[in-house]
Amino acid sequence: MSSSTTWTVLIATSALCLAIKLFGHYVPERWLANARLQRINALIPIALLSALVVAEGLVTKTHVVIDHRLAGLVVALGALLAKAPFPVVVVGAAVTSALVYHLH
Amino acid sequence: MAPLPRSTVRDALSVAVTVGAYGVAFGAASVAAGFSVLQTCLFSLFTFTGASQFAAVGVVAAGGPAIGAIATAGMLGTRNALYGMQMAPLLRVRGLRRVAAAHVTIDESTGVALSQAPRGVEAMRVGFWVTGIGVFVFWNLFTLLGALGAKALGNPASWGLDAAVPAVFLGLVWPRLENTFLRLVAVASMAFALVVTPWLAAGLPIIATAGVAIVMGWRER
Repeated sequence: MSSSTTWTVLIATSALCLAIKLFGHYVPERWLANARLQRINALIPIALLSALVVAEGLVTKTHVVIDHRLAGLVVALGALLAKAPFPVVVVGAAVTSALVYHLH
Repeated sequence: MAPLPRSTVRDALSVAVTVGAYGVAFGAASVAAGFSVLQTCLFSLFTFTGASQFAAVGVVAAGGPAIGAIATAGMLGTRNALYGMQMAPLLRVRGLRRVAAAHVTIDESTGVALSQAPRGVEAMRVGFWVTGIGVFVFWNLFTLLGALGAKALGNPASWGLDAAVPAVFLGLVWPRLENTFLRLVAVASMAFALVVTPWLAAGLPIIATAGVAIVMGWRER
């Protein structure tokens, strides 16, 4: 990808995320007191992070692809179910995925 | 001035070091997605909100358009506005300090501040600032290490980074799945993202999944 794309993403994301933080500190609380808005806002991170799990773990371009990454994700899931600390989850996924990648 | 609540500082610093260390994963993911080491470090300095940063480089890595990356990161950052509304009356700061407070208003600084409530308002303030500034320092330091490391290691698949990134997202969503309904939202979102993948441009299924949150959050339950 072009360096103008990466600079655009970097600058716009930084400006937007800081603007959102400032907004929270400067507006009166009642502006976001709407119950429906709060319910949806609470679900947004769950929806987007879940989509990112499959988009990064099971998709290549516009195709669903089962490969070494899935082995890593299964290990991550097992580690989370076993209440393992975060670094164990991430490193476990990486090591498993790398092993399967090299064995194939 | 009252003596610093030492246990509060200890709590805050342990969170700062632990969370800051994930900066390694961001630095590596960002370089693997095609960002330079300099851009990667600027990301952590100026965006400074982990899930949004991972999402932005994740959408770029998936081949998505710039607008998709920016919008996804922005939507993940909206919770920081709600944190800010809770923190502003507590911190009572003005001018540049207020801007600094806003910049370090993230999951961890808000979380530690709220957890200090039994120890009083001053402990909450100390918890907020020490955690916020501490995470900022360590997150940026470890981002640089991760970026340099990824550059040295080359092909991300050969050392498992392509699985570590979705594992990070799984680890980020996991503690939020507190009840059956929230777990249902997560499963529905994953299914939706997979189903629409062949039909949408790369990277867009992620932002489209916001629709699942809107539909499932529309009515009171």
